[in-house]
Amino acid sequence: MTRHLSDLKMNYTAEQEFPDLSQHNNHMAKVLTLEMYANLRDKQTPSGFTVDDVIQTGVDNPGHPFIMTVGCVAGDEETYEVFKDLLDPVIEDRHGGYKPTDKHKTDLNPDNLQGGDDLDPNYVLSSRVRTGRSIRGFCLPPHCSRGERRAIEGLSVEALGALDGDLKGKYYALKDMTEEEQQQLIDDHFLFDKPVSPLLLASGMARDWPDARGIWHNDNKTFLVWVNEEDHLRVISMQKGGNMKEVFNRFCTGLTKIEELFKEKGHEFMWNEHLGYVLTCPSNLGTGLRGGVHVKLPNLSKHEKFGEILKRLRLQKRGTGGVDTAAVGGVFDISNADRLGFSEVELVQMVVDGVKLLVEMEKHLEAGQSIDDLMPEQK
Amino acid sequence: MLCCTEESKSFALVPGSYCTSEDKTNFGGLKVSGEEGDQTLLCWEKGRYPQHSPASSSNPSVSPSVCPFFKSTFIWRVLVCFYRVKMASSFARVLSSKRKVGILSLVGAGSLTVGFFLNKEQRVNAGAHVRRIYPPSAEYPDLRKHNNCMASHLTPAVYAKLCDKTTPNGYTLDLAIQTGVDNPGHPFIKTVGMVAGDEESYEVFADIFNPVIKERHNGYDPCNMKHPTDLDSSKIRGGQFDEKYVLSSRVRTGRSIRGLSLPPACTRAERREVERVVIDALAGLKGDLTGKYYSLTLMTEQEQQQLIDDHFLFDKPVSPLLTCAGMARDWPDARGIWHNNEKTFLVWVNEEDHTRVISMEKGGNMRRVFERFCKGLQEVERLIQEKGWEFMWNERLGYILTCPSNLGTGLRAGVHVTLPRLSKDPRFPKILDNLRLQKRGTGGVDTAAVGNTFDISNLDRLGQSEVQLVQTVIDGVNYLIECEKKLERGQDIKIPAPISQFK
Repeated sequence: MTRHLSDLKMNYTAEQEFPDLSQHNNHMAKVLTLEMYANLRDKQTPSGFTVDDVIQTGVDNPGHPFIMTVGCVAGDEETYEVFKDLLDPVIEDRHGGYKPTDKHKTDLNPDNLQGGDDLDPNYVLSSRVRTGRSIRGFCLPPHCSRGERRAIEGLSVEALGALDGDLKGKYYALKDMTEEEQQQLIDDHFLFDKPVSPLLLASGMARDWPDARGIWHNDNKTFLVWVNEEDHLRVISMQKGGNMKEVFNRFCTGLTKIEELFKEKGHEFMWNEHLGYVLTCPSNLGTGLRGGVHVKLPNLSKHEKFGEILKRLRLQKRGTGGVDTAAVGGVFDISNADRLGFSEVELVQMVVDGVKLLVEMEKHLEAGQSIDDLMPEQK
Repeated sequence: MLCCTEESKSFALVPGSYCTSEDKTNFGGLKVSGEEGDQTLLCWEKGRYPQHSPASSSNPSVSPSVCPFFKSTFIWRVLVCFYRVKMASSFARVLSSKRKVGILSLVGAGSLTVGFFLNKEQRVNAGAHVRRIYPPSAEYPDLRKHNNCMASHLTPAVYAKLCDKTTPNGYTLDLAIQTGVDNPGHPFIKTVGMVAGDEESYEVFADIFNPVIKERHNGYDPCNMKHPTDLDSSKIRGGQFDEKYVLSSRVRTGRSIRGLSLPPACTRAERREVERVVIDALAGLKGDLTGKYYSLTLMTEQEQQQLIDDHFLFDKPVSPLLTCAGMARDWPDARGIWHNNEKTFLVWVNEEDHTRVISMEKGGNMRRVFERFCKGLQEVERLIQEKGWEFMWNERLGYILTCPSNLGTGLRAGVHVTLPRLSKDPRFPKILDNLRLQKRGTGGVDTAAVGNTFDISNLDRLGQSEVQLVQTVIDGVNYLIECEKKLERGQDIKIPAPISQFK
């Protein structure tokens, strides 16, 4: 008979255990009431993940007055079911009104993408599409044991090892890599480091670092997979220049091949028709897809309507260092704002069409022309 | 507190096999089977708890599911109340009087029986408890690059022996060692690398804690030695330093409230209970110990600034050694600072331990600092006992705290002392060593000295009493000052003979 630490709190009432969220500004804090907490606190997923585990990162990180973080994570696939009373409203709030009854469409057919091969490389410096995948039947990074994490690594490395053609590549385990390999990966901007963000650390996903973590990339350095960072797998397709179509082609081909290879060994990805691909953070549900470019917009970015334009195009801007960094030299990372409720093709289409328009606007402003008649409708 | 689950089986330790209480069910396409195991509630041996044992037989059978018919009765509710209110004190009395875990088990069994029904009633099952189980060899951490006490002693055999055990609260070995796994350590500084989640951790995981304690405490063997506690400050000889050299004097320790989990494991309600118990007791202090509590969540800007100016305010831990152990969860809920009006007696609530108690003042009157220290501690102890609480203590390990390095007295008595000549003498480290003292910068552990002022304090924590350790500091610092004076006069100094460690 196993006692579980998570049962200790049942010695106390819900009121006594309810977190103080008075200073908090994240999706979890907005949704979680005492009554909801009382209903959920004696539940567990089959692997033992509790509501306190779900919300710990949101309790520990009150948030920023302007940026609304999610404040909860999943420990396994069943988290989204067992704690749906909490996670459905969080998902609805985070994903623009996505209802518990809505269905998510998955479309990884790159032929459905129109254009995207002609973004002006004078402005668009690089193109990139990323997503994540979770292996069904294993706990997610906040909750997995060392044994599970190693098994995930083993399965992933095996699957990736079977890729061939322009996808043929090599795996670099974080704990075994040589100094030279490490330096090369840093120079290629491939190496990921132990998370420092308290949002991630508080959820427990950095435990046992760097055990069973690693980076796989193809010989051409255009297809990259992170193993056991924030999710089981993060899959990235990228290249210099503006040929988003090629990037997306490789993305879809690679993902589909990897999925086949997993299936051959009796494993599948976590997916359902309501939430699409299931990942650790609710913000990455659905497609988990962020498709974006590094693009020079020195004039447009100073325009008073820049924010409004992005909003209408359903795009977001970041600095070129990634989330929460500032833009350097007028170069921005522009990507889709949505993840859930749109298919992969639809999201990349938005990026392709949107960036094309942004570049056109930039050219207009360079030439001293107005952009008023280029203003887009709200998508 | 007993956690009851549906699983009452032992498990076939096949890599990646699932364990459920269902006999031969399918889960995600995997075939699962289970066996009847050694799972009676009250199967206890000294230091052992019911654990998963490797399955050998291939004879699966259905697990008995125990039905808490009992739960709706009045008697059960009475027992629950009894359990909640009295667990701490009855459990504690047994624990303090008898070391044997066998006795622990008998008392524990009674409350565990209640606990079993309690949990069964309150759990809403989302299905049987299902978790991928791997053999210990697949879970054993990679410690090849590690340099901490835990890594030095956690062999695969010890890990395999302990990995399925839990304390009555459910604290596990993996939880205890997480901080040591996550923080390989420094090539020159050897950290401890593990923590306790509750008082029983030191018992249940004794096979790893004991060698760690022995290494960290310079040979103190918990298996066959006893720790003396002595808070009679009248035994101190001397204790007034030359204030030309000693700028300030300070004594600190920690105390844990028996019956409540320690900071790495405690729930929010437990932590709030610790706060309530402690500030209730502190409110009863009188005379020169009269003071006030400042909760971290409620303090005003002005109060915060004042506490910073007084160098009293502690902040959320940033050291990964602490955060990886889970003690910063829910910050700043139920954390706070209490100090007396004279600002010479200070208590931290729910930082790295339930309480940290500090007595200090400017100048060299270590005797008075220690007198206040003892008086304050004894008063607080009396006040919590009035309400039916106790400190965690036993004669093997002394006062029980979160980190094994603070067991015994948990005491660090020290001074800020200026030693411009002696500190440059190459014999300085050896002199300190023989006097069983350590130096730190004036910012505390891991800081560098500023100017020629050092923080000098006792090296030892466990195996000597409070009185003995403070006397060691007094005698030692006096010796250092004598050396400094000699060097001022152009005379030579001597390295003292090493003093014995365990008296």
